[in-house]
Amino acid sequence: METFKEFFSFSDPSIVSVVVGAVLLTASSAVVGTFTFLKKKALVGDAVAHSVLPGICLAFILSGTKNPIWMILGAFLTGWISLVIIDNITTKSKIKEDTAIALILSVFFGIGILMLTNIQHSGNAAQTGLDSFLFGKAAALVGQDLIVFGIVAVILIVTVGLFFKELKLIAFDSNYAKALGLPVKWIDLLLTSLTVLAVVTGIQAVGVVLMAAMLITPAAAARFWTNDVFKMTLIAAIMGGISGLSGAYVSYVAPAMPTGPWIVMIISAIAIVSFFIAPKRGIFARGIQQRRLQRLIMDENLLKELYHLGEKDKDPYKGRTVDEIIEERFFPKKALKTALRRLRRQGFLTKTNGYWSYTEAGKVKGQRVVKLHRLWELYLSKYMKIAPDHVHEDAETVEHIITPELEAQLEKMLEYPEFDPHEEKIPY
Amino acid sequence: MDALYIILTSSLFAISCGLLGCFLILRKMAMVGDAISHAVLPGIVIAFLITGTRDSFEMILGAALLGILCTFFIEFFHKKAKLQTDAAIGVTFTSLFALGVILISVFAGQVDLDQECVLYGEIAYVPIDLWISDSGQNMGPKALYVSALTLIVNILFIRVGFKQLYLTTFDPAFAATTGISVALWNYLLMGSVSMTTVAAFDSVGAILVVALLVAPPATAYLLTDNFKKMLLITCLIAIIISILGYHLAVMLDGSIAGAVVAVAGLLFGLAYLFSPSNGILLKRIKQKQEAEKLAMTKG
Repeated sequence: METFKEFFSFSDPSIVSVVVGAVLLTASSAVVGTFTFLKKKALVGDAVAHSVLPGICLAFILSGTKNPIWMILGAFLTGWISLVIIDNITTKSKIKEDTAIALILSVFFGIGILMLTNIQHSGNAAQTGLDSFLFGKAAALVGQDLIVFGIVAVILIVTVGLFFKELKLIAFDSNYAKALGLPVKWIDLLLTSLTVLAVVTGIQAVGVVLMAAMLITPAAAARFWTNDVFKMTLIAAIMGGISGLSGAYVSYVAPAMPTGPWIVMIISAIAIVSFFIAPKRGIFARGIQQRRLQRLIMDENLLKELYHLGEKDKDPYKGRTVDEIIEERFFPKKALKTALRRLRRQGFLTKTNGYWSYTEAGKVKGQRVVKLHRLWELYLSKYMKIAPDHVHEDAETVEHIITPELEAQLEKMLEYPEFDPHEEKIPY
Repeated sequence: MDALYIILTSSLFAISCGLLGCFLILRKMAMVGDAISHAVLPGIVIAFLITGTRDSFEMILGAALLGILCTFFIEFFHKKAKLQTDAAIGVTFTSLFALGVILISVFAGQVDLDQECVLYGEIAYVPIDLWISDSGQNMGPKALYVSALTLIVNILFIRVGFKQLYLTTFDPAFAATTGISVALWNYLLMGSVSMTTVAAFDSVGAILVVALLVAPPATAYLLTDNFKKMLLITCLIAIIISILGYHLAVMLDGSIAGAVVAVAGLLFGLAYLFSPSNGILLKRIKQKQEAEKLAMTKG
């Protein structure tokens, strides 16, 4: 607790710079990752992340220092080459994209490892710390490095801000963007460059291996909370930033711990919680929605069958037994009984001595479903020219989702018809 | 002798990975293989903590379960949460891998694994870790036995299930109509990938396993259109990269696994350019010749 207060009071200026650095690095890669995610190119980021390793080693071999500018240049070079090769392989040979990604990712990484071990065995004293690129060490960023990577992160965020509209367009519909006269190729190029740069900066925080997470996970989590791209980018950045902050804290409390994996664990936890509890898109919300819909369909079908029975006897209000209903149309008995009780609670049915019958409201509702079913059948056969014996299945689904506005339109368009294609009377 | 042990172990693992990889790349599941090879890490660490050794059979099985679990998670997020596949793969394997690395750091004293070895293995130590029988006789390196056993299991699996694997790979819809469970064979294949990954982990590390899974089959795929030939060529490539890779590593004084992968990448590059049936250079030359022919006949 003591260290917690110490850390979050930000009284130590070195803590402030580490926190600012870590948050900038993670947030900027999350921002760029949003667009690679939307383009469904999330795993390409993974390939770039692994492919920068040989570039970093090459920069070190050539320059002999760990100067961040050299590192960025080297990483940028091989990261770019990897993307070009993946693109080339997928377009020019029968090899599929996933194989190309996995191939380039592992081969570039293998070459990087070969170079890294070679450097390590060479006994060059300046190489110590080069392996922190593997798992990241956000808190180890100090002085000049922090400034350079901080600037790159800011450039990333600002560029995304400037080209937001264009990036959004090509992420969703590059054909449309082309039709609008946008230079799609250049914007694609921009996004690729941004991805490579984001990888280069993010690696400082989480390392080569887990870099993919910083691009994919915040975006995936944010997607569950909103449908708006701007909000999504913002949420992704905040989530990424939170994980970066926590990573800096872990680094501070337990310097022996690898920071990168902690950052990834935190952002993953945020994402998995989002997958479950997010409103509308979350797994729980979807489950509830589905059950609600199933219930609605069950209720409407039941009321509809009661109407059919009433049509046969010319007495819509006649009481029916459970078995009678099942004979008209099969329902699982248990589900049927629950539905009957539910409809009675809602005031659509009444029960006397084991006989179920409509209330006024129940008949109105049942009649409406039957009407919608028959209107839709008529519409299909009249306007879509579908044979009358093929329209039932479709109407069976659509009857539950037609809105009152659509209902009015159908009636008007079909001029309040009297009979459906099966010569059954349409009730009004 | 040491060199022979290393090359032999590496070849055996490379063949195991390559055979499974042939199915993976044709199923467009190369990245799932990538995911599994990362995701088994926490399983390895936990099994380590429980059994205390790194080469018991139970450990391989236990850790392999995690690979299957990873496949399950990917499916779950994709189906239940409607998360797009690439993101489902990315989120699942990075989080499991991160968990593994954290576990290693937390139990650093009790687990004989370190972060670097997780990435690129220590095949150079194969000849040191010997199996000494109860009577004190030297039976050779343990890893050699593990790799041989892995290969035998894989060959048996592919031999017995060849028809099912083949059909579910090339025509899953038809396979389903003949009563073959596509999901079951998918999980069986993923189980084998996990098991092989775990067994090979010590020697070649997580990411380089991916290279062995993908690079030789992709190269073979460019050289032939016949699936059985593809399997054979893959085995051949696996042996070649192990021999050349070892010598390259000695020459450069670097990681053997890294060098093996670098050679595998080189071979793929050669096949990509010069393959008689699919090489892009030869294709270009042929196109040129055709064009000239056409021009001649017209002229």
